[in-house]
Amino acid sequence: MNWQAIRVIYTAEMLRTWNTLLQSIASPVISTCLYFVVFGSAIGSRIQSVEDVSYGVFIVPGLIMLSLLTQSISNASFGIYFPKFTGTIYEILSAPLSFFEVVLGYVGAAATKSLIIGTIILITASFFVDLQIKHPFWMIAFLLLTCITFSLFGFIIGIWADNFEKLQLIPLLVITPLVFLGGSFYSIDMLPPLWQKISLFNPVLYLISGFRWSFFEVHDVSVGVSLLSILCFLGICLAIVWWMFKTGYKLRQ
Amino acid sequence: MQPIVSINNLSKVYSSGHQALTDITLDIQPGEILALLGPNGAGKTTLISTICGIVSATSGSVQVDGHDIVSDYRHTRSMIGLVPQELTLGAFEKVFNTLAFSRGLHGKQPNRQYLEQLLKDLSLWDKRDSTLMSLSGGMKRRVLIGKALSHEPRVLFLDEPTAGVDVELRKDMWKLINRLRESGVTIILTTHYIEEAEEIADRVGIINNGKLLLVEDKTDLMQKLGSKKLSIELREPLNTIPDSLNKYDLLLSDNGLTLNYQYDTRSTRTGITALMKDINNAGLILRDIHTSQSTLEDIFVNLVADQS
Ligand SMILES: Nc1ncnc2c1ncn2[C@@H]1O[C@H](COP(=O)(O)OP(=O)(O)OP(=O)(O)O)[C@@H](O)[C@H]1O
Ligand SMILES: [Mg+2]
Repeated sequence: MNWQAIRVIYTAEMLRTWNTLLQSIASPVISTCLYFVVFGSAIGSRIQSVEDVSYGVFIVPGLIMLSLLTQSISNASFGIYFPKFTGTIYEILSAPLSFFEVVLGYVGAAATKSLIIGTIILITASFFVDLQIKHPFWMIAFLLLTCITFSLFGFIIGIWADNFEKLQLIPLLVITPLVFLGGSFYSIDMLPPLWQKISLFNPVLYLISGFRWSFFEVHDVSVGVSLLSILCFLGICLAIVWWMFKTGYKLRQ
Repeated sequence: MQPIVSINNLSKVYSSGHQALTDITLDIQPGEILALLGPNGAGKTTLISTICGIVSATSGSVQVDGHDIVSDYRHTRSMIGLVPQELTLGAFEKVFNTLAFSRGLHGKQPNRQYLEQLLKDLSLWDKRDSTLMSLSGGMKRRVLIGKALSHEPRVLFLDEPTAGVDVELRKDMWKLINRLRESGVTIILTTHYIEEAEEIADRVGIINNGKLLLVEDKTDLMQKLGSKKLSIELREPLNTIPDSLNKYDLLLSDNGLTLNYQYDTRSTRTGITALMKDINNAGLILRDIHTSQSTLEDIFVNLVADQS
């Protein structure tokens, strides 16, 4: 294992975050506050509670997931896209590094950053609503797994993208709709039966459901299935990155 | 002696279908300075990039220090330093940090003293806390060299290290390269400046259209391939070359005082004896005679012209 390399990549990436701290952390916090004001207080007060959880509290896990997913993807994709764009990727390619070490450095840093943001949002949320976490261990587990998996997914997008449009395409066109339609702001029980069925094809639903269960023991699908699906996605992403480095896809000519 | 870099039948076809390297075979000895010369698009960068792991070979193999660059990339890449042709550097990092980053990437423990000395050698020490984007082009080039040397490589690839560098800095770089060679580093550099190859290289490889046309010891090359010029200075100026000397293709200087004769040192008969006799017969009186060797540049131009 090339530990030095992991260390320098990780610290360089964290330093980059540190230098742009304000936009990295302020923007998710501000948008979360806005969601609370709009959905939690203004609209939420007119919505009856969902499965005995008041609406303002109910949306907290979904909100955290929304930020976690978008942040993980954008951080990790940018982290690897930028060296590709400027050409400094040559250093990574010509260094004695395995794909796993590169991933630990870049994805580790992106996941750390998302984790920090997730925690900040959680703290922010606790100022607005009275939160109780029934299964803190699983809450942290879901948080961690999500950060890692989606940072990895972002890393893949960063390698795949060959221009800035593509870099933003997936988060915008795929992730945001999936999160919104994945029950961030509602339980799928509220949907007509047909849409409930369709929702089950949305992978993000499993994520949010499991995460929400760790807070309130309220869920759309069982926790085991949630956990399994996120682990599956993690495995798939790892395999893709391994393949990308092995074949040099969009990395080596 | 086991070669430090051994390239065997290496070919590269880019996904565009362009054949950038064709069947390159070359051994590089430890401690030597090899200059690769070739026109734009010859394949020099492709060759270097393949050895360093940035481009994957289509066929053939490369060993560095006896280890295969694909199956044993950890060993080979940790020995290699690369200065790329383009000024590819980040923007917001600081000079010192970017060197420390490169060192770490190659698995080396941090070593402040070593990097400090390196930056001083490159006249960059007082820029250590500057951001990369605030540097001039020549400074950036030196930062790239610093990054390549940050992990104490034993093989150094310099892809046009002196492109866009002023005369002063170029001389400094030559000195640096010589110092590195003395410390046992093997250096492979590409250049468009023939004087550069002539000045610092031990061996010269000429590459064109993806093919390695020749690799020769620099002095051998100039001796073997070089044509020599015999300059004959006359006491009295000539208006025209006498008919009896026509067969020698002599060139008369503008002032009519010098006759120039080109001959090939490789051929058994240089024609000098006959020429002298005929000059004597023509009644010309000589003031002085001297010969000059053609430069690598002439050789290079001839070779590339022959091929096309
Ligand atoms: N990524 C690529 N895809 C397709 N063709 C490429 C690629 N990179 C280089 N080539 C082609 O391969 C050939 C060799 O390029 P290379 O950069 O190795 O030349 P070079 O000898 O370094 O030239 P120069 O002196 O201009 O730097 C060129 O014809 C170039 O157009
Ligand atoms: Mg080149």
